[in-house]
Amino acid sequence: MNTVQILFFFLSVLAIFSAVMVLFSKSPVHSVLWLIAVFFAISGHYILLNAQFLAIVNLIVYAGAIMVLFLFVIMLMNLNANAEPKKYWWMKFAGVISGGCFLVVLVSLVQQATELTGKQALVKEGNIGLIKNLGKVLFSDFVLPFEISSVLFLSAMVGAVVIGKKD
Amino acid sequence: MTLLAFDWLLMIEKLILIAIIVFASLGIALYTTFAERKVAALLQDRPGPERAGPFGLFQPFADGLKLITKEEIIPGSANKGLFILGPGLAMTAALMTCSVIPWSSHVELFDRKIDLQIADINIGILYIFGVVSLGVYGMMIGGWASNNKFSLMAALRGASQAISYELAMGLSLIAVLMLSGSLSLKTIVDQQMAAGNLWNIAYQPLGFLIFFICALAECNRTPFDLPEAENELNFGYHQEYSSMKLGFYLFSEYINMIMSSAVMACLFFGGYDIPFLDESKLAVNTAAIIGVLALLTKIVIFIFVFMWIRWTVPRFRYDQLMNVGWKKLIPLALFNMLLTGAIILWQQG
Repeated sequence: MNTVQILFFFLSVLAIFSAVMVLFSKSPVHSVLWLIAVFFAISGHYILLNAQFLAIVNLIVYAGAIMVLFLFVIMLMNLNANAEPKKYWWMKFAGVISGGCFLVVLVSLVQQATELTGKQALVKEGNIGLIKNLGKVLFSDFVLPFEISSVLFLSAMVGAVVIGKKD
Repeated sequence: MTLLAFDWLLMIEKLILIAIIVFASLGIALYTTFAERKVAALLQDRPGPERAGPFGLFQPFADGLKLITKEEIIPGSANKGLFILGPGLAMTAALMTCSVIPWSSHVELFDRKIDLQIADINIGILYIFGVVSLGVYGMMIGGWASNNKFSLMAALRGASQAISYELAMGLSLIAVLMLSGSLSLKTIVDQQMAAGNLWNIAYQPLGFLIFFICALAECNRTPFDLPEAENELNFGYHQEYSSMKLGFYLFSEYINMIMSSAVMACLFFGGYDIPFLDESKLAVNTAAIIGVLALLTKIVIFIFVFMWIRWTVPRFRYDQLMNVGWKKLIPLALFNMLLTGAIILWQQG
């Protein structure tokens, strides 16, 4: 085992453990904090793949901004265990079945994807994830999708302001 | 042993560097608390702390000892784990910033070239942003886990303030990045040091002003210390804390101040550059030591300005704070960004 493998297994175990803890935590605030730990582990994976920009943006946007807003809402609503709506056994059963089906579909999709067969992940090399190359690709090859998504963001922002405005 | 085949000497070198920088920033923070009291005294025309040691120089140690020896109280209704996690997170986030700041050029010891920077990563500035945005959690978790409505209100205020001012800060930074074309702090400093180049403050006065205001807000310093507004919120988000946990919160504020001063010095004031002096003519080690001193001088000047503002300007009202952030600073930063971009395009022809 070299350092990269040790780091990979450590991060993977951390990510999966935290993700499981998100589900099993009783308190919603704990769930949010475990979710932040998941984001950290995933950012670690991005760094192993030499996608530093993606790693840090993942932290800034998800852990730094979106999860803060999640915490805001949860703290202000003051949710606790006994305020949770009661769940019937058949609801849980249906949830497990549908979730399991979704998992099967995802796993088979990843297994059969032709783009992925015979390919290896570029660990510690490959420089498409560096900010310089990423910027060049985004503004030359993918400039149209990039601009369209920015328009989408702008309209979402305007929509949020309109909804949030009291009249 | 093929396990862990990497440069152990580099590892040891970096560990020593980390230890030195962490302890140095803690030491400086210790004396910043003292300086704060002395500057306040100076501005209010009174002597300030002067009993412990000559000129009161041992005062910070007395304060520290007092904090450590006080009784630790965890409120009965508090969430115990998170209550302890809060100050730890605040302190960790504050100290993590120091790893990408170039403290000086390099020294040569035992035939090794040692960079006086823990990690020169090519996303340096974004890393600082990431860490700063995590600092919010220390405040929020502490405020919520205290189970006190004043603490919670203060924590929410602090978090929303930090998020609001991060935007303007990022936008003002983009202009600097357009000039330098790099996110690495080392490269940005080196470009300002190169012969014929001025410091970035000459090209980006407006950007610096915006960045400075946002730094004040991010450090929760007056006039932006809404999370600690004692006449509205008793004491702020760390109201329920006692002993060294409170000490950690107070300390992390000073460390944040030091780190943001260092970042501003690197981005706009040439980092470890000394004006009108060609460092390449000096011996390597001398240049490095002079560089560290130059950067520290700049940091001290910034910290003095921070304190000067704190003891001169009254606190904003909450709606004023949000108005300044969203309606003044962000449009101004956007304007600055457009102007810089236009000038760069025009110069390229």
